[in-house]
Amino acid sequence: MSTVSTHDRGYGYAHAVRMEWIKLRTLRSTRWTLLAAIASAIGIATAVGASEHTDPVSDVTNSILSGVAPGLLLLGILGVLTMTSEYSSGMILATLAAVPNRLRLLAAKATVFGLAALAVGEAAAFLAFFAGSAALPQGQPAPALDQPAVLRAVVLSGAGLSLVSLLGLGLGAILRHSAVALAVFVVGALLVGQFALVFAPSAARYVPLGIVANSLAVATPKADALSPWAGLGLLCLYAAVALGAGGWLLTRRDS
Amino acid sequence: MDHITAPIEVHGLTKRHGHVIAVDALSFDVQPGRVTGFLGPNGAGKSTTMRIVVGLDRPDNGGTRINGMPYNRLRWPLREVGALLETKAFHPGRSARGHLGALAAGGGIPRRRVEEVLDLVGLTNAAGRRAGTFSLGMAQRLGIAAAMLGDPGVLLLDEPANGLDPVGIRWLRDLLRSLAAEGRAVLVSSHLIGEMALTADQVVVIDNGRLRADTTLAALTAEHGSLENAFLTLTTNGEGGRDGDRDQATDVGRIPTRRNP
Repeated sequence: MSTVSTHDRGYGYAHAVRMEWIKLRTLRSTRWTLLAAIASAIGIATAVGASEHTDPVSDVTNSILSGVAPGLLLLGILGVLTMTSEYSSGMILATLAAVPNRLRLLAAKATVFGLAALAVGEAAAFLAFFAGSAALPQGQPAPALDQPAVLRAVVLSGAGLSLVSLLGLGLGAILRHSAVALAVFVVGALLVGQFALVFAPSAARYVPLGIVANSLAVATPKADALSPWAGLGLLCLYAAVALGAGGWLLTRRDS
Repeated sequence: MDHITAPIEVHGLTKRHGHVIAVDALSFDVQPGRVTGFLGPNGAGKSTTMRIVVGLDRPDNGGTRINGMPYNRLRWPLREVGALLETKAFHPGRSARGHLGALAAGGGIPRRRVEEVLDLVGLTNAAGRRAGTFSLGMAQRLGIAAAMLGDPGVLLLDEPANGLDPVGIRWLRDLLRSLAAEGRAVLVSSHLIGEMALTADQVVVIDNGRLRADTTLAALTAEHGSLENAFLTLTTNGEGGRDGDRDQATDVGRIPTRRNP
């Protein structure tokens, strides 16, 4: 049997991070979803790039980066499921047995999943950019990464994917049931924007999907959208509020 | 509760689910070196008590300690306590090895323990398979492997015999007896009274969340003739006097609940 020395501070955040990293790596469905996010970005960006018409005022970077949209949905859903599947499978019992500190657990999950989503998001954004640029018709001027506004658009698109996935993770921690959390995420983060465009166009700029599409993924900022940095800040705020509320509830509810 | 009286201490524990009192001022200790059987009808509060001991649910009153500490203040929880609370406490898409590897990392437990506990429960050959494909008995073995991962001195097992075949039940009984013989505290709940009569040294009987008996198996059997008679006399499930009709009541009358599917 193990004995515990009195000078030992015990398990910490690093142990929780290692646990969550192994959990992330050992699910085949997670790997496929992350790959699908990248593959769909490349595919759509190629199609969009190839059908781009010569138009000197259009933001070609923005058009191509629309390729990350399916990845946004996939990573957000994966974020929701990363939390809710703990409850639906019963895994949460084993997880909390190892790491009973709920806040430490959620922080570790957010770190591991957020960084993985950031890596995948940046990969999706850059590969979409290269694929879309390469697919542009002859004569169409291609954007270049040495233009600061273009580089910013690509980098922030990848970051946007990570932040939306963290919003999903937070929603999962708040709601715990997969179906409910997925519905709230898809409607709240994505569909509301479509309705807003029709009924309250001025509100559309605050919807996560709209922020990524019209504030982050732009080389030329749009008049009716938040500026890139304001959009990034608001997405950070959404993710922080969702994770904060999720953490607060995790520490107060029975598991 | 200033000094440590036992590896598991339950003191004045009360837990309400809405208006229903699941556990009502329950107190008992679980001592090392023996198997303590935790008995009671469905809904008596066994699972609720065990969930509170491992920090999953919060009590409304009273408390529980393991080695003198509330669970969430243990420095290395998995090295001090092994718990099996539900048959399926794993993600169905992950392999047994991946599941145990993740828990070992979280518990600060050397990786080689994963192979050791897989071997202990006889799952080495199935370790790479998705755990979602496991039979009930294999799932239960994986849960026991997870409980044994940190080589803990305290074990809490809720219905560990669920889904095990006769060979598995015999194996589990021998395992629990040997763990207790090594000086560990073993608290095990079961609906299988006959099995408990072969496994337990000490018996804690609860009913409607209240303590009905906390004594040795020998004393309880001597007083009531058999553990089954004792159970039926001490709990309202038995209603008394209809022993013949209730031989299998504990299994046949089992009502699935969210906590006890």
